[in-house]
Amino acid sequence: MINKYTLWEKVGLYAAIAVFLIFILAPFAEAFMVSLRPIESVFRVPYQFFSDDMTFAAYVDMWSEVPGLARYIFNSFFIAFCVTVLALICIIPAAYSFSRFDYRGRNSLLTAFLAINMVGAAVLIIPLYKLMFSLGLLNSYWSMILPGAAFTVPTGIFLMRSYFLRIPRELEEAAYVDGAGRVYTLWRVILPVALPGIVVVTITTFITAYAQQFLFALTFNGKDEFHPLTVGLYQFFGRERILWNQVMAASLVGTLPVLIVYVFLQKYIVAGLTAGAVKE
Amino acid sequence: MSPVETSHPASAAPATAAAAPAVVAAPRRIDWFPYLLLIPAALLTLVIVAWPLIETFRLSFTDASLRGESYVGAENYVEIFEDDFAEIMIRTFIWMFLGVTLKIVMGVIGAVLLNAALPGRAIFRILVMPPWIVPIAIGVFMWSWMYNGQFGMISGLAQRFGLIDGPFEFLAYGTSAFLATVVTDVWVGTPLVALYLLAAMQSIPTELYEAAWTDGAGRFYRFRRITLPLIAPSIFTVALLSAIWTFNSFDIIWILTEGGPRGSTTTMIIDTYKTAISRFRFGEGAARAVMILVCLTAFAGAYLALMARSQRDAR
Repeated sequence: MINKYTLWEKVGLYAAIAVFLIFILAPFAEAFMVSLRPIESVFRVPYQFFSDDMTFAAYVDMWSEVPGLARYIFNSFFIAFCVTVLALICIIPAAYSFSRFDYRGRNSLLTAFLAINMVGAAVLIIPLYKLMFSLGLLNSYWSMILPGAAFTVPTGIFLMRSYFLRIPRELEEAAYVDGAGRVYTLWRVILPVALPGIVVVTITTFITAYAQQFLFALTFNGKDEFHPLTVGLYQFFGRERILWNQVMAASLVGTLPVLIVYVFLQKYIVAGLTAGAVKE
Repeated sequence: MSPVETSHPASAAPATAAAAPAVVAAPRRIDWFPYLLLIPAALLTLVIVAWPLIETFRLSFTDASLRGESYVGAENYVEIFEDDFAEIMIRTFIWMFLGVTLKIVMGVIGAVLLNAALPGRAIFRILVMPPWIVPIAIGVFMWSWMYNGQFGMISGLAQRFGLIDGPFEFLAYGTSAFLATVVTDVWVGTPLVALYLLAAMQSIPTELYEAAWTDGAGRFYRFRRITLPLIAPSIFTVALLSAIWTFNSFDIIWILTEGGPRGSTTTMIIDTYKTAISRFRFGEGAARAVMILVCLTAFAGAYLALMARSQRDAR
């Protein structure tokens, strides 16, 4: 058969896959091993991947040694949650407008939104800093939520629009014939049908929002109690002696929820992210 | 329509649907409803993206700092090029070119491997994604430990296998730090490219392979003559997108080296950030940012032209 491999081909393919996955997963494996070592074994020569004194102590100690850890993790989720809500409020009506109506300037507006994707947030950091400064939003959650949402909206619009385009127009026509208004039709007829698409857009926006917090928090926020996990841990990097086992343990704990969500919903997430080709 | 959707089987239909007459045709009178729907998105984008874009241009002609600003003409531009800006630009392009090329190579290899009809491939697909799912900053924390010369994994294993004599601090020397940031960037970007190209490969009709197979074409011949030409447009698109993201990349270099040692990993983004945020020289920083925007506009133009063409072809 066409897809039948010889034994050697199979061996070769599995070996190649193994090498590829080692490159991808080595940092995670090493991070996990470091998190299991007592700090004396972290700083040990010669290097050993396994050691006999492995312990989960770092996972317990980090909550007291890294004072704000629980708060950082909460902040990460809180910011990502607010970004997602704000982004959805922008994405859903705009995507509906772009997918269902024909009006002057529609295509140019759509292109303009697409062009935003090209500009990374770091390029606009100066006026954004001044903006946050003059609005008095520096050192607040808003300084991380507003830009976070703005830079996820374009991709979300494109993704959501492709779902709206798949809904047959007859559905709206039937609602209009029955005398339903346009807002009512959108709310009660279209959105329930588009729910699978909305779920995908929500998850991908959340993951993106969770992943991209570093720059905004680093630049706009100086208050420790508002920092997300990434910047919270980054603060430890300047220190004389970094407690790597705890930093790694905290990193893994902070990303575990996202990874779990990903494993269960990966089919939808991959479809969503590759369709919109998101994430910086 | 995003070009990726053409490589996405499920969304092949909407392209034709878009050309059909709209449900709500408004003869004569302007229909405001679709415009109203755009307000939230437009408002947020205008404030956070459009205004800062214009403001960046304006500031680049001033000597703005925290103390105030006054108009200085093109002085900033003259100054940055008298400085080492040309060198930074060249470095940025080399960084981007290396990163994108390696991501495409790894992505094609990865897509071929993930596309192989082997038991367990569903699991491989799951395992490829984590670098892309976790926050970039967290992934880079892990790498900065990997690169540690005394105790890190890479230096440690290289010593054990006799590749190097003593501890090697990857981030302490110009060239090795530069290459280290490229490797981490490739690690972050490869999953997306691989899955994107995998989606493109899966949209190729199997009949093509079967016909070639019946004619006695070998596996490698089929890859070279069927797979590669048919995914070439997707490779081009993802390379361009990847170039834009790589160009805009901040977290990786900032966490690993902050642009050092002695500027050897300072790309245009890092340089702008340092000038503006670390030294509060907004005017000069804005001029450096405008140069980034000029480069990005070239990429964006290429991308939009590419999309317009693929949309025409789809009709």
